[in-house]
Amino acid sequence: MTMLNFFCAAVLASCPLLFGTLGESLTEKSGNLNLGVEGMMFMGAVAGLGGSYYYEKSAENPVAIISVLIAIGCAFLCAALGALIYSVITITFRANQNVTGLALTIFGIGFGNFVGEAMSNAAGGYVVVSDLTKTAFNTPLFPALSTIPIVGKLFFSYNFMVYLSLVCAIVLAVFLKYTRVGLNLRSVGENPATADAAGINVERYKYLATVIGGGITGLGGLYIVMNSANGVGGVWVHNCISGYGWLSVALVIFAMWNPSRAVFCAFIVGALSVMRLYISLGIPDQIYNIFPYIATVIVLIFVSLRKKRENQPPASLGLAYFREER
Amino acid sequence: MEHAIELRNITKTFGSVVANNNVSLSLKKGEILALLGENGSGKTTLMNMISGIYYPDSGQILVDGREVSITSPKDAFSLGIGMIHQHFKLIDIFTAAENIVLGLPGKGHLDRKKLSAEISEISARYGFELDPDKKIYDMSVSEKQTVEIIKVLYRGANILILDEPTAVLTPQEANKLFDILRNMKKDGKAIVIITHKLNEVMEISDRVAVLRKGEYIATVNTSETNPQALTNMMVGRAVSLDIERPPVRHAKDRLTVQSLNCTSSDGVKVLDNVSFTAKSGEILGIAGIAGSGQRELCEAIAGLYPIKSGSISYIPADGGKPRELVGRDPLSIRQLGVSLAFVPEDRLGMGLVAGMGMVGNMMLRSYRRGKGIFTDRRPGKKLAADVVERLEVSTPSVSTPVSRLSGGNVQKVLLGREIASEPTVIMAAYPVRGLDINSSFTIYHLLNEQKEKNAAVIYVGEDLDVLLQLCDRILVLCGGRVSGIVDARTATKEQLGLLMTQVGGSTNGGES
Repeated sequence: MTMLNFFCAAVLASCPLLFGTLGESLTEKSGNLNLGVEGMMFMGAVAGLGGSYYYEKSAENPVAIISVLIAIGCAFLCAALGALIYSVITITFRANQNVTGLALTIFGIGFGNFVGEAMSNAAGGYVVVSDLTKTAFNTPLFPALSTIPIVGKLFFSYNFMVYLSLVCAIVLAVFLKYTRVGLNLRSVGENPATADAAGINVERYKYLATVIGGGITGLGGLYIVMNSANGVGGVWVHNCISGYGWLSVALVIFAMWNPSRAVFCAFIVGALSVMRLYISLGIPDQIYNIFPYIATVIVLIFVSLRKKRENQPPASLGLAYFREER
Repeated sequence: MEHAIELRNITKTFGSVVANNNVSLSLKKGEILALLGENGSGKTTLMNMISGIYYPDSGQILVDGREVSITSPKDAFSLGIGMIHQHFKLIDIFTAAENIVLGLPGKGHLDRKKLSAEISEISARYGFELDPDKKIYDMSVSEKQTVEIIKVLYRGANILILDEPTAVLTPQEANKLFDILRNMKKDGKAIVIITHKLNEVMEISDRVAVLRKGEYIATVNTSETNPQALTNMMVGRAVSLDIERPPVRHAKDRLTVQSLNCTSSDGVKVLDNVSFTAKSGEILGIAGIAGSGQRELCEAIAGLYPIKSGSISYIPADGGKPRELVGRDPLSIRQLGVSLAFVPEDRLGMGLVAGMGMVGNMMLRSYRRGKGIFTDRRPGKKLAADVVERLEVSTPSVSTPVSRLSGGNVQKVLLGREIASEPTVIMAAYPVRGLDINSSFTIYHLLNEQKEKNAAVIYVGEDLDVLLQLCDRILVLCGGRVSGIVDARTATKEQLGLLMTQVGGSTNGGES
């Protein structure tokens, strides 16, 4: 039974990581290395929470589904806005991507905490959504199926965000592998000059992939703020994202830019992050807490040893493209 | 016969540089036109305007008798113009088919089966051999070129522009390409081939258009001209096309390489049991398909590439004891008293520091001789001034970053520095790549000078005609193995071409 609970908790913990990884994978496939994931998650988190909160306050009879949609919309758009700023600076003005990404992270953390605190103060202490929204974010999507012994708990006991992230992964995998547009996007990340010569609008692809990818990472932030697995949910907690964005960036490499592999990689890291609650090794909690990071470091070492060409990062990752440069 | 494409008074400038001045040119359907000119004569710029990469400042372009405006590669495709660039524009991790279909409109879902069938159909029509599902990184240079050509044909091109297509091919592969071009010609396609190899111009083209320094000189029928006349048109004055080859005098063994084995970091064997002797006072040519181990061989001798087994021994000119170079880095080789000069393929990466001026680059080889913590720039300055004068380097000043110099001048700077150390062994990897006729002859002349000074010269080259005219002996590498060492005075191009592809049938040395 413990293992079953552990598995479920791991899935829940991996969900925000999966969103972050998928969004960043899409971004990096266009050749943009956006290190602002942490910041965009903050932006998504605070915007999603705020959207729901103010909707509930203004509506006479708040409806759960509308509250959820508003939260998702706000989270996506706000994080996408962060990615748009990044895109303008790196794609149009061709600034250094690493510096811009780090700046976006710093900006996003500040933006999230500032707006979060401001909303808390305005609300008189802390900003929290009603049980209506909280329940919508935290109850199984398939309540009937979830009662099946074991199988139900294993596969059908999760909230809708988990399934949304899995759908995202599948859509992204199919998009990259089987569609023309996906092929074109990959070519932009590999060799923009070639893509350009083939008649592909490099800038447009980069913008769209980065902005949509940013929006997806924002959903990860929304999940963190709404999820009540840690006891609190639907409330702004100072510095709530706490490194999930960075883990996502590392997970992209772990998953080798492959959305379907991202599902498993996120699960492993998610499992490590909740392990201390389920498996007792008789070691201090702090050591458990560093497991995900140790795993990441080990994985990065192994990934760098791998030589298969398809598993390498997109060849033009981190480089600005300028047609006139010869 | 109708004109497939006609250029009228095309002018294009980049800043103050006039790349094309009032060029008029026409291309008929079903003909092969060779566009001939030295480097910087504006051939590629002109063709880039037809393929939509640049836009002319003034002048008209007519396709099928209609005036058109080509502002992007897309416009060019839709007019049926396809350009095969010198540097392939392919995505390494994609298959041939994926590269061919890239950027084309169509159903969202990519039907790979249908695509492969269409590609096979084109291949069969013109005589290509291509596996549509092969990844680019597994391909040889000639296969990659095939992908490029099919790519433009798949897009429905009727006008094909090939920018120096044979520069990277063996003679056999080049002949195969020419057969394909003739098939296309029969099919009514109009073909422009940019080149500066005169024998190819004579072999494949129907007419030749010559450009010189951005100016259009003339168009002549190939059947009514000869290489010497074309060269004179291209250079603007009479130039001797013969490379001199001074006789070998008192050749003595200088460098003996025995059973050299090297493995790349991926575990691929790049040099397999290589043995040869380089003699003083002669030029030893090294031929082979690109990536057959030439770079590794040079770097191994220079102490820059890890050696698995084998020996490289240097026999001093004064008859002293042979010295083993394996296991030493460039510095300790020099400390051993071996004066070895290396002109690497990657001039601005491995050879020179691109962002530094000539003085700084000259000092790279000598700064250790200074005393104290401060460098003495005077000898470097003097050497730089010497090189500028002796080799006629055209540069605004000796402190201009070398990256701003033209390819020929960069090579002169590098070679000038290496020669200044009075080497007894000099290795030059592709020293004339990208250089025009005049600069190339300067380089040949310098190498001959070194040969006459009794240095052992190792010349890695790709143009077989040059190898055969300049070198005394030619070593042919194939897939990291020595497939033969021939006497350059009696060998033929065909013989070399065969050796380049032979050894055990292994031809996939193209990866690195």
